[in-house]
Amino acid sequence: MKFDHIIIRYGEISTKKRNRKGFVDKMKAHIRWSLKDIEGVVLTANRERMYVLLNGADHVPVIDRLKGIFGIQSLSPAIKIERDLEVMKTAALYYLNHTLEEVNTFKITTKRADKDFPYNTDEINRAIGGHLLRNTEDLKVDVKNPDLNLLVEVRREAVYLTGEIIQGAGGLPFGSSGKAMLMLSGGIDSPVAGFLSMKRGLDVEAIHFYSPPFTSERSRQKVIDLAGKLAEINGSMKVHIVPFTEIQLLIQKQIPENYSMTTTRRLMMRVADRIREKEEAMALITGESLGQVASQTMSSMFAINEVTNTPILRPLITMDKTEIIKIARELDTFEISNLPYEDCCTVFTPASPKTKPKREKVNYYESFVDFESLIEKAVSETEILTVKPGQTFDKEEAMEDLF
Amino acid sequence: MIYFDNSATTKPYPEVIESFMKVTSDYFGNPSSLHGLGVQSEKLLSAARKQIADLLKVKSSEIYFTSGGTEGNNLAIKGAAHAQGNRGKHIITTAIEHPSVEDACQSLTRMGYEITYLPVNEFGQIDVTDLKDALREDTILVSVMHVNNEVGSIQPIVEVGKLLKQYPNVLFHVDNVQGTGKVSLSLREANVDLCTISGHKVHGLKGTGILYVREGVRVDPLFHGGNQETKIRSGTENVAGIVALSKALRISMNNQLLYHDKLQQIKTYLYKGLKEMDGVLVNSPEEGAPHIVNFSVPGLKSEVLLHALESEGIYVSTTSACSSKKRTISKTVDAMFRHSARSESVIRISTTYGNEMEEAKQVLAAIQKIVANLEKIMRVAK
Repeated sequence: MKFDHIIIRYGEISTKKRNRKGFVDKMKAHIRWSLKDIEGVVLTANRERMYVLLNGADHVPVIDRLKGIFGIQSLSPAIKIERDLEVMKTAALYYLNHTLEEVNTFKITTKRADKDFPYNTDEINRAIGGHLLRNTEDLKVDVKNPDLNLLVEVRREAVYLTGEIIQGAGGLPFGSSGKAMLMLSGGIDSPVAGFLSMKRGLDVEAIHFYSPPFTSERSRQKVIDLAGKLAEINGSMKVHIVPFTEIQLLIQKQIPENYSMTTTRRLMMRVADRIREKEEAMALITGESLGQVASQTMSSMFAINEVTNTPILRPLITMDKTEIIKIARELDTFEISNLPYEDCCTVFTPASPKTKPKREKVNYYESFVDFESLIEKAVSETEILTVKPGQTFDKEEAMEDLF
Repeated sequence: MIYFDNSATTKPYPEVIESFMKVTSDYFGNPSSLHGLGVQSEKLLSAARKQIADLLKVKSSEIYFTSGGTEGNNLAIKGAAHAQGNRGKHIITTAIEHPSVEDACQSLTRMGYEITYLPVNEFGQIDVTDLKDALREDTILVSVMHVNNEVGSIQPIVEVGKLLKQYPNVLFHVDNVQGTGKVSLSLREANVDLCTISGHKVHGLKGTGILYVREGVRVDPLFHGGNQETKIRSGTENVAGIVALSKALRISMNNQLLYHDKLQQIKTYLYKGLKEMDGVLVNSPEEGAPHIVNFSVPGLKSEVLLHALESEGIYVSTTSACSSKKRTISKTVDAMFRHSARSESVIRISTTYGNEMEEAKQVLAAIQKIVANLEKIMRVAK
């Protein structure tokens, strides 16, 4: 006995009308990609659902991968069997013993599309239910709120058994919302912001500001590790590493200390926006959470946001730190983020940055400095890496042989 | 030469030695150093940790590197006992553990801990109901080996884990030094909290090992110092050995997938051949691990047979290598059969991937010849 196929239910896509096909196609492509190395599986789709036909492949790894794909509301493994009551009983027991979650209560719902089948729904329910109760311990029937509602569908060609509902990742299919650039610092928040944006169908590329020798190679490595985690979702992540030392040194020299943070953030925005333009993306994503630090107060955001009219997505803006940490832990990025290395935000932080910077003032200070040429230079010298899932080494492929 | 003493140690794979040489000469930086050389070493360390975690299907943060099986077992048992000591002082283990488990437990009795030793049957296995009966209010730790090092019996680790799941205050330690790469064990399915693995038993290098510590389980360190390995095991990491270990484990587990059946065939051949031999008693259970066959020739001292085989170029061992210097009887065989002539005359054959059926045939023929010859002499001596 083996599982025959997996039923995939669409989430929000099912509310779409004429543009539904585009979403479904994106999701199909993503599912095909994620299952490409599992032999035998075939994906079919109709307007309401998709089916992964297993053709002998084990269902557990398939479900594991499908669980991470955005756009899927829920999944159910199903068994296809011949129209024989004894086989149906055996299959039902098999199904019950192979659910991912423990089942303590159950009920059986039979649908008899083929009325020529010699048993009616009641008889089928009782036969199968009795068989399950006889062959298990501590299993109870609960018709109101069962852990497992085992659906038995009798059709002319075969009988189908399904029932376990496994939650999918929700959200919208990868790439269905276009592309955006994530400012990835190496802290706890930005990977979470990236994840949530990806969940809404964005194709995300990362931008990291790297300031050697003020920040160590470890902070750069941290960003690559984080990107490697996020890459697990879509297979790879592009990371733009911007050399930022010169700009930071110029800011230190020319901008009054209490405004240096505001100007730094404004310049990061300008550089990021330039890269966004090159990559033909349509938004910037930050991990800002309102009021968390000096640069994330309303006044700061008002002063910083002035440099661009590109949409800036702030998925974490209303979240508390504890809520963000909870997601980071689920994503397994928390431990990477929490490593104590200096990053570009911490080294140059003034002792008392302005929490209420003013646009006029920051513009006035910046008016004496020519940043434009340095921005151009930083953009042109930006290093672009494509990070694969779980990748640890950025360049040294020779090291891979060691393992 | 026929090397049939793979439970004592295995020959490192050439690829493993290559990795070790390369890392130890090219990436010698201290992983805690802040400069680039340190960063490279740290990268290697975390890549090795990740590879091992993936192979064992656990998280990277649950893998701790040690110097081997003895340290792993000591750290698990003493570390868990010290961390949990205020909740209770009762530990349960089996009568057939490796000395590094038995003596670690024994050393705790001086600090007021009580140890219960579970008996084994003639198949070298404990009874889970015995364990259930032995559990008390103040039990803090259960330590059961996966594959016995002397006879290869496999303990019901999954059942023990399922039982202990109902006792959330009791930690579960598994000494998997002999089982790794030979007999599969899912740490998650068996609800294992602590698991010891040794590098040189899986064709890695001596002085390397792994202790798996499940997330959320607290273990007090044995070594204090630079707080490496998230404070559980201070001391500069043996990066080259660890990288070599990650490779050895990968190759061994791959070989397990490819050549398990061949290993089993060789064992079955030896098992049946010895069983039919006059004067020989097989101590290993038929359903045991696929790489260990233990037998006795009552009346014949193990060492005599061992040296006779050695003169034919065949290397085996008497009891476990760690105890063989003590000239004592085989603890496991004694616990299984309570028969002193049997436990004084024990020989252990242990194979690994790469051993051939042809070698097994030669070994069996040699044993047959030697036993027949020696028995004649012994009878004359009587």
